[in-house]
Amino acid sequence: MFPELTGFLFPNDVHIHWSMMIVMYPYITGLVAGAFIVSSLYHVFGAEELKPLGRFALATALCFLAVAGLPLLNHLGHPERGINIIVTPHFTSAMAGFGILYASYFIILLFEVWFVFRVDIIETAERSTGFKRGLFAALALGVYDTSPEARSLDRNIIRILAAIGIPMACLLHGYVGFLFGAVKANPWWSTPLMPVIFLFSAMVSGIALLVILYQVAMKLKGVPIDRLAIAALARWLWLFLIMSLTLELLEIMMLAYERAEEWEVIGHLLTHQLSFSFISLQMVGGGLIPLILLGIVVLMGHYMDDRIRNTLTMVSSLLLLLQVLAMRWNVVIGGQMFSKSMSGFRETYVPGFFEKEGVLAAVAILFIPFILLAIFERVLPTFRHLEREEGSV
Amino acid sequence: MKHRHSHPDQQPDGVSRREFLHRSSAALAGAVAIVLILPEGSAAGISGAEYDWDRHTWVYVIDTTKCIGCGSCVSACRAENSVPEGMYRTWVERYEIPVTGEAFIDSPDGGEHGFDPVTSGMNVGKGFFVPKMCNHCRATPCTQVCPVGASFTTRDGVVLVDAEHCIGCGYCVQACPFGSRFINPTTHTADKCTWCYHRITKGLTTACVEICPVGARQLGNRDDPDDPVNEILATRRVQVLQPELLTRPQCYYLGLDMEVR
Repeated sequence: MFPELTGFLFPNDVHIHWSMMIVMYPYITGLVAGAFIVSSLYHVFGAEELKPLGRFALATALCFLAVAGLPLLNHLGHPERGINIIVTPHFTSAMAGFGILYASYFIILLFEVWFVFRVDIIETAERSTGFKRGLFAALALGVYDTSPEARSLDRNIIRILAAIGIPMACLLHGYVGFLFGAVKANPWWSTPLMPVIFLFSAMVSGIALLVILYQVAMKLKGVPIDRLAIAALARWLWLFLIMSLTLELLEIMMLAYERAEEWEVIGHLLTHQLSFSFISLQMVGGGLIPLILLGIVVLMGHYMDDRIRNTLTMVSSLLLLLQVLAMRWNVVIGGQMFSKSMSGFRETYVPGFFEKEGVLAAVAILFIPFILLAIFERVLPTFRHLEREEGSV
Repeated sequence: MKHRHSHPDQQPDGVSRREFLHRSSAALAGAVAIVLILPEGSAAGISGAEYDWDRHTWVYVIDTTKCIGCGSCVSACRAENSVPEGMYRTWVERYEIPVTGEAFIDSPDGGEHGFDPVTSGMNVGKGFFVPKMCNHCRATPCTQVCPVGASFTTRDGVVLVDAEHCIGCGYCVQACPFGSRFINPTTHTADKCTWCYHRITKGLTTACVEICPVGARQLGNRDDPDDPVNEILATRRVQVLQPELLTRPQCYYLGLDMEVR
């Protein structure tokens, strides 16, 4: 089926080469970065009210990071050569940084997870027998010191790793924004604001994900939802949402106000091809409404019943997950809806459901981290420290 | 620059009779030589000498005032390079610019099957065709962004893709401001004009230059002072596409208009 076109397009410009997979990739790394920042707010910045989520946030970041490369791999025309980005990187390309950033962030995250769960691992190993004991003994890496001094050292190392992890998470995700922001051929991508916009929307999506997962997890475990934790998450979410929306609007308003030549294309793009996903989803439904709802939670939270606060935060978070997905879509797909002739548009793009890079593949990839998280939770319960307060990290 | 032509105003006619005869006899001789003498695979013999890429810097000149929009170049390119349907290593655009109002631009099927007559009823002030292709830019963003170095510039100035190493990420397609690249649906790798590298390194010219009936397209060697393109670049007013992007295109245009995209 040939796409509907208007105006004049360069004949090679009618294809959407960067598909749903390239939408999913920044979406998933954004969730990683956001979740990680929440754990760091506790571990590094001492946000005690986020303690209930400290470990869970870390586990979430790890599970999502584990699949972050999958959409890329599925997108490649030759996935079997994908490893060459890491083995023989061509360093003039921003994309060549992927291997280094991804690998080093993964390593830091793994180390941090190990130090955070080390005491749990040792205790489980000592309590268990047979296979389970073997597994946990292996996970303990031969270190069985749980003395107060060792735990104190653990805490210091965790703080350092979490601190290193913050710029790493920013780099990993800022890099994704850079990939788009540094394409001078594309006026919808080419702006130094792009990495910053990506970063803030990453924080929004990661925190929103944790709000949802935390509430669901507490429901499943029958544990009451921590009021201070939700209130803190709502505050951070609101702050990052304000920053994120401001930057997203700023970029567009600058172009519109400057009457830059790009605006002829972008103005049309936003009001026609992307009118639903940009105006309705990214700006109003996923932007303005959560902004108001979270504003209510943050400003009037004192007078609020827990259930209302939880529900409002939950609804906002669901909308925000959609908002950030819409933002990724608008950047990635939107940037391919016009021709580089700057005078022609592709009218619609609907990804196929069953095709290789279609909706089903995207949903499947997004589903994997939740399975990983469930497994992680079985092996290393992330909320156990709530029952056993003293000396835990 | 040494002038090879006796009449300085000769260029608009393109190929002089002498040059035409010279070229066709050379081509004929070449063809005979291939058919009669050379076994398959010894193509270096076509030019009679080993190709030295240090003595070549390829440039391309497109004279839009000559193009008649026949689309032969697009077909020839497709046939020569097995370009998949719906994808274009070269294409031809038509510009119809009314006395007042918006320009009308089209390139149906990349101009491969020519152009239907204008039926819009607009009062066309000027109209012309613009052949397009990869500009083989000196400072090209497409090779810069290739994460594995599969896209590269040869020493003789041609931007190529190594289909054996391309991972098919599509970053170069996004980075090209001219829409010259595409992902080949058969090989799943980036694809683009090669200036018929397999031909020009054997003493032949590109398929599009070869087929063009009006001499609107010329490929030349910057390192050869006697090459006619050097005289054009030295004496005529040439332009490149989207110069503001500073990619230093090596396709030079004669008779470009401000409406050209």
